[in-house]
Formats: sequence, structure tokens, C-alpha cells
Amino acid sequence: MRKAVVFAFAAALVLVAIAATLYFFLRPGPLPHQANAPEMSATTQVINQGEYLARAGDCVACHTVPNGKPFAGGRAMATPFGNLYVPNITPDDETGIGKWNADEFYRMMHTGISRDGSLLYPAMPFASYTKVTRADSDAIFAYLMSVPPVHRENRKHELRFPFNKRELLLGWRTLYFKEGEFVADAKQSAQWNRGAYLVEGLGHCSMCHTAINALGGSKESQEFEGGMIPNQNWYAPSLTSNREAGLGHWEIKDIADLLQVGVSQRATVYGPMAEVVYNSLQYLSDDDATAMAVYLKSLPQRDSEAPPTSQARLVDPAKMELGRKVYEKQCAVCHGAEGKGFPPALPPLAGNQSITMASPVNSIRMVLNGGYPPGTKKNPRPHGMPPFSHILNDDEVAAVVTYIRVAWNNSGTPVLPNQANELRKLLPE
Amino acid sequence: MKLLASTPARVIAFVAALALHAAAGAQDHAVPAFGKVDSMEARVQGCVTCHGQSGQGTNSGYFPRIAGKPAAYLYNQLVAFRDGTRSYAPMNYLVAYLPDAYLREMAEHYAKLRPPFASRTPPSVDAATLARGQALVVKGDPAKTIPPCAACHGKGLTGMEPGIPGLVGLRQTYIIGQLTSWRVGERNTVEPDCMKRIATRMSDADITAVAAWLASQEAPSDPSPESSNLVRMPFACGSQR
Repeated sequence: MRKAVVFAFAAALVLVAIAATLYFFLRPGPLPHQANAPEMSATTQVINQGEYLARAGDCVACHTVPNGKPFAGGRAMATPFGNLYVPNITPDDETGIGKWNADEFYRMMHTGISRDGSLLYPAMPFASYTKVTRADSDAIFAYLMSVPPVHRENRKHELRFPFNKRELLLGWRTLYFKEGEFVADAKQSAQWNRGAYLVEGLGHCSMCHTAINALGGSKESQEFEGGMIPNQNWYAPSLTSNREAGLGHWEIKDIADLLQVGVSQRATVYGPMAEVVYNSLQYLSDDDATAMAVYLKSLPQRDSEAPPTSQARLVDPAKMELGRKVYEKQCAVCHGAEGKGFPPALPPLAGNQSITMASPVNSIRMVLNGGYPPGTKKNPRPHGMPPFSHILNDDEVAAVVTYIRVAWNNSGTPVLPNQANELRKLLPE
Repeated sequence: MKLLASTPARVIAFVAALALHAAAGAQDHAVPAFGKVDSMEARVQGCVTCHGQSGQGTNSGYFPRIAGKPAAYLYNQLVAFRDGTRSYAPMNYLVAYLPDAYLREMAEHYAKLRPPFASRTPPSVDAATLARGQALVVKGDPAKTIPPCAACHGKGLTGMEPGIPGLVGLRQTYIIGQLTSWRVGERNTVEPDCMKRIATRMSDADITAVAAWLASQEAPSDPSPESSNLVRMPFACGSQR
């Protein structure tokens, strides 16, 4: 055992040494200063466009501490490798990006290389932002330069060895990063291409909806196939499986509503997706929300996965009866005796893919902690669901989640009390 | 004969069912229920399993009665939970993505409600402690420069507009929890933070005494908060501005 640890440690040291050497010769360094660099003279129009695009990219969500000054950074981002502290991106000369120019900003967005030449950790979604056009990058830069500068020193990241060695990012980049602006698909409509640009680029949807592996990378071949969000313990459903959040059978309007309004005839957003809608997607124009919907609906949809076998769906009748009793007392008033809900105010449970998908994590968390959808411009007064963690025990939570997963021809599988118990230990977030 | 034999059994079953129903009925106001989907009543169902259908509180001593507290007080708390300046994970999570205008509407909704008070719990402390509690609430402790609770929270302890909450109808566990977290600096409010000044002057015994006496008081005939009266207050309070 100890031998293995020593060996792993030595291997890590060797890797770091190799990477450091490579890095020394390959490091990008600062951009050379251009004598004929264009003067900065952004018009209000460009700045407004930049604000819109910065919202589409949801910069504010990570670069602002709760209740703090916008874009001043400092927010701790928990990762499986330790805490990252998000930097100040206000135009303060000493502590922010006040001395940056548009070229340096574009290189950072496009390649994940900071002004001083250091490599960014991929918590900054440059693997998505690389698709952003130069014009859009310039507009976002002009907008960031227009916000009030905040003097706030960046805090050092607290990553464990060997992840605290930025040189190792060379390896990560070789494996998982493909540089390149978005290339329109001539066979598709302008609307589809606009949607693809937003989803794959600024929207950085794949950061959550594609599973990441032990190295914090994700495979392109598994894009949008869903996965647990590290450290948040919510499951980001697959956007390509009709058994999860695949949108193959959805109306375009329902998809656009879910993104922009937060509620729809089919489903409602909670948890991390509520944050995305609140900070970002609610500000999209109707055209852009629809374009994203068109693109998302067109993602390769797999109906191929066989629904769970009838064996897997077998439920102990006593458990089903307990679930039904809990449902009738606590849930039916909002979600209806037949699980149809009162959409868009109160979501349906019958036929709702987010309830029947293989991972029951989100349904269990909703029963335990309740939740409010985000208050948005088009739905400023959302209906909320109360927590039941103090009312229902693990058996009752498992029974009622099992009930909604299999009643009304829903195709889910039963849930065990220990699954409820595991999630009960987490703080709601 | 058969009929006769079954009658007492039926009576027993009926009585048992009644008893069960009564036991369940005690918490029925904590079960989701509403009239119309497009109503404030339906929108705040997210609150009911902890605070009761009308904000009267529930059997759990940790969740406060919120009905009838001043709207501005409730609004300040909702904003503080949303922005993380008051920490309680289940509340922080629930209101994280709700805009100001809606939080204000929720606050106003509960401020207007006047549900009946639950019956009082007899305090589990001795007479001397109760007397100490009463003294602190009504007269304060000049030696420790602790003003009486009633000076700000109202003679009837129903709170004061716009920012001071009523203390009636709160349970011992909740009051102890809040005073303690105020004293250690976990809970705070806009400066000048008058409640912090007071809580840091109180000992554990003072807190227990105040909580026990407050929790044992009968409901007032008029639970409405007093109107704002800045002159009479012993300390300047940020929440009253």
C-alpha cells in the first residue's frame, strides 16, 4: 500500500518535471505590443451589445460573490481538486483587467491563456468560449471596460498537488481542448446556426450537461449526454436522450420558455439551472431563446435506450401504497391526482422526463428541500414547492419518489431509502 | 348476535379513527392547500410545511411564526436570506433567485395575516428563572445596561413598524437560537446593529430566562405591531431607518 503511494507520488513528480520543462520552452508569454493597436472608442451600441453577450455567457454568476460588487471576483468555486477563487474582471488597473487590451482579452477567451501568458484552469469555460467571434469578444471587452472598477486583490487558488501546477494544464489542453471559432453549418438554417453558436459558445451548456472524468475533462463524443455536477450534487440531465431531458418530443415554444421564463408546459427549472435562467437566459431576446431551442431540439436524439425492464420496475406493493398515501396527502393538491399539475405554474409529474430518468437525485432533492423556480421578467412571481425533509422519513421519501416515477405509466424505477438518506445529509443549495 | 358483536368493534374503530384524525389535524395547517392557482396563497405554498398555511408556525419549535410581523421586517429577512447576509441553508436555497418586488409581495402577504395563536407551552424552568425572564422583558437590567425587550418590541411584544419583529407566538428554541447566534455574531443586521449590542450583554442564563418567559405568554388581543416611535427607543437601530 505504502509502496503504491510512494510510486504514485514519484510518478506525479516526474510528470510535473516533464511538464515544467515543456512549459518552459512552450509557454506562450505575453502578447507582443502592437505599435499600431487601434484606439479604444467603443460606442454605446457596442457596449450594450457587449452587456447582452456577457449575460448570455453568464460571466456575472462566477465572477461576483453573492451580494458583492459585480465582476469583482473572489467567489470560491469548489472543485474536486480544491477551491478556485474567481478573479476580478472589473477594469481596475492593479487588481482587475484595466490594463488589458482587446487582443489580450480575445486570446484569453479564444485560447485560455491569460494576459501574462499563464494557462487558465478550465473552470473558466474557454473550451466553449473559443467559439465566440472576435467581434463578440471585443463587444464583451468594451462592456467590461465600462463597468465601475473595483479594487479587490485576487485570492490565490487552493488546489491540491499536483493540480496546483499550472504546467500540467498543457496535458489537459492536449487531451480536452480544441481551439477554434464557431463554424456555421451551411446545410442548416441561420436560426439553427445562431442557436448552435449560443449553446456551444457563450452558453457553455456542456460544462454541466456533459459528464466530466477524473481529470476534469469531458469527451466531445459524449457531449450533452448528462452527468452529476461536481460538488453541487445535482444531476445535469442528458440533452440527447429522450429518456432524460432530450427535447426530441418537445414543442419549440416549451423549450424556449423553459430557458427564458424558467417554467413551461412540460417542466420547470430548479437548482443550478434556476441560477442560469436567473442570471443569464431570462435576458435573451425571444429570437435567441427560440434559436437555442431549435438547435437543442435538433441534437441527435436517442430513443434507442430500452426503457427499464419490467423486472427493474417492479415495486413492492406496500411501498407503492405508502407512496400513494404520501402523494395524496402532500403532493396531489399541486401536482394533481393524475400527476398533470397546473402548468406552467405547477409542473406536471406524469410524463416528465426529469422525474423518470435513470438518476433519481433531482427528484429526491426536490422532495427533501423543495424549491422556487427563478423569478424572471416573464414570470416574476413563480410558485414554490415546500421542503419535506422534516416531515417525511427516508422510507416515505423513497416511497413517494418511487410512486411518481412509476405511476401514470411513468417509466422510472424504484428508489431506495438509503438514496434519500444520502441526500438528506447535504445542505440544500 | 353477529350484529351485536360487531357493533362495539365498529365503535372502537370509529373512535380510533377520530383520534387519528385529530392527531393528524393538529398539523393540517402545515400541509399544502390552496383555492386558486393564480393567487398569492398558491404561490407561497413553498413556505407552509415550516411556517404553516397562514404563517402561524408549526409544531416544530425551530420554525418561527411569521404572520403579522411588520412587512419591512419580513422583507429585510427575505432579502438577507437571498443575499446570504443571514445564514440558514434551507431558506438561502429557497429564495436564492427571487427578485425584490416578489419578496416584498410575500412579506406583505404574511404581514397582513392574523391566524390564531397556538396554545402556549408551559415553561420547563423554575420560578426564579421565569421571574428573571419577566424582569428582563418588562424592565430590562440597568446594571448590565440591557434595555427591556418591550421598549422596542412593543408593550404587547407584537413588534414595531417598520423593522422590529413581534416576539409573541415564538417558541423557546427559536428565541434561544436567534439570541445566541446574534451574540456570537452569526446573525446581524444593518448598522447600527442594536440587537447585537443587547445580545452581547446577555448571559446564557439571561437568554434562557427571556426565552422561557416569552414563550409562556398568552396571545395579545390585538397582535398588530405598534406604529413607529423613534423617540422612545433606547438605542438607534439600522432596521428602523
